[in-house]
Amino acid sequence: MIIEFVRYSDIKDLSSLGRLRKLLKMAKDDKIVLLEGRLKPQEEAELIKMNMEEIDDEFKGIEFAIIDAENNESTWNKIRTKLVNIMLGYKPGFTIIGPASIIKEIKQDPHKIELLMKENEERKKNKKKK
Amino acid sequence: MQLFNIFKRFLNRIFKKKKHLKIGLYGPPNGGKTTLANRICQDWLGEDMGKVSNIAHETREIQIKEQIHIKSGNKELSFNLVDTPGIATKIDYEEFLKAGMKESEAKKRAKEATKGVIDAIRWLDNMDVVIVVLDSTKDPYTQVNLTIIGNLEARKIPVIVVANKIDLKKSNIKKIEAAFPQYKVVGISAKYGDNIDEFYKALFEVA
Repeated sequence: MIIEFVRYSDIKDLSSLGRLRKLLKMAKDDKIVLLEGRLKPQEEAELIKMNMEEIDDEFKGIEFAIIDAENNESTWNKIRTKLVNIMLGYKPGFTIIGPASIIKEIKQDPHKIELLMKENEERKKNKKKK
Repeated sequence: MQLFNIFKRFLNRIFKKKKHLKIGLYGPPNGGKTTLANRICQDWLGEDMGKVSNIAHETREIQIKEQIHIKSGNKELSFNLVDTPGIATKIDYEEFLKAGMKESEAKKRAKEATKGVIDAIRWLDNMDVVIVVLDSTKDPYTQVNLTIIGNLEARKIPVIVVANKIDLKKSNIKKIEAAFPQYKVVGISAKYGDNIDEFYKALFEVA
């Protein structure tokens, strides 16, 4: 299993669709992608659409989660954090994307994120079929 | 005269909007969207809207029931009800095999389900009001739920969150309320009609 960290600066020059295509391709290559920054809601919906177009007998889709670093902050802190982020060029939050053949489930609640992986046997079964 | 025209245009806009009001049912698979659609259609038209099943992705095409008129006291509301396929990020035909389907049937269902998800997302832009139907026995903090709500917020579409299946022991409305505190959450059982009047009341408030 490969976990690949993608800096926002690596994809910032791509169009929105280009970014999603790149992330989806990495997931199709059985990589778990940890992207710096979060997708916009419209990009999340577009990612689901693009992902659906790719599903076939072998590729079963993706699991993904957005980790919003600002969720529990007060309004004033959010404004302050945003200003600092703009000045430093830092993209807050993370996006995790991985193939459904490897990730069983991503559990989210306001305080933690759990990445549940498929059992080895189950993964081997999926690979054999490929 | 100009003021009169502005007022007339304003009234026309309201009238036009009401006449073509589209209310969409959105949510993950097996939340009970079609069961709720059937409940609404049975209550006001005396007929069902679609087939329901325990196997996920039973609704794989957009279903529309036109001209539903509902009344509550002096209030009336006319709308077209749009039942959408459940939104998911993965579809595995082998899940349908486990439910007893033949391989060809399972693969066909999976293919149709993927198209259904794409159509459901495309139709978001056409909605005037969206009812997000969630299974209240399940964890509401899923990316599909967050993506649906996030997209409705971004499009400024009025939303009612329905916590369905309150007739089941594991039902937990409070967890859904905590996940989406910005919206009115109505707990119902679409199957048995529990608390359905509260749902209609909420619909009048939002629409």
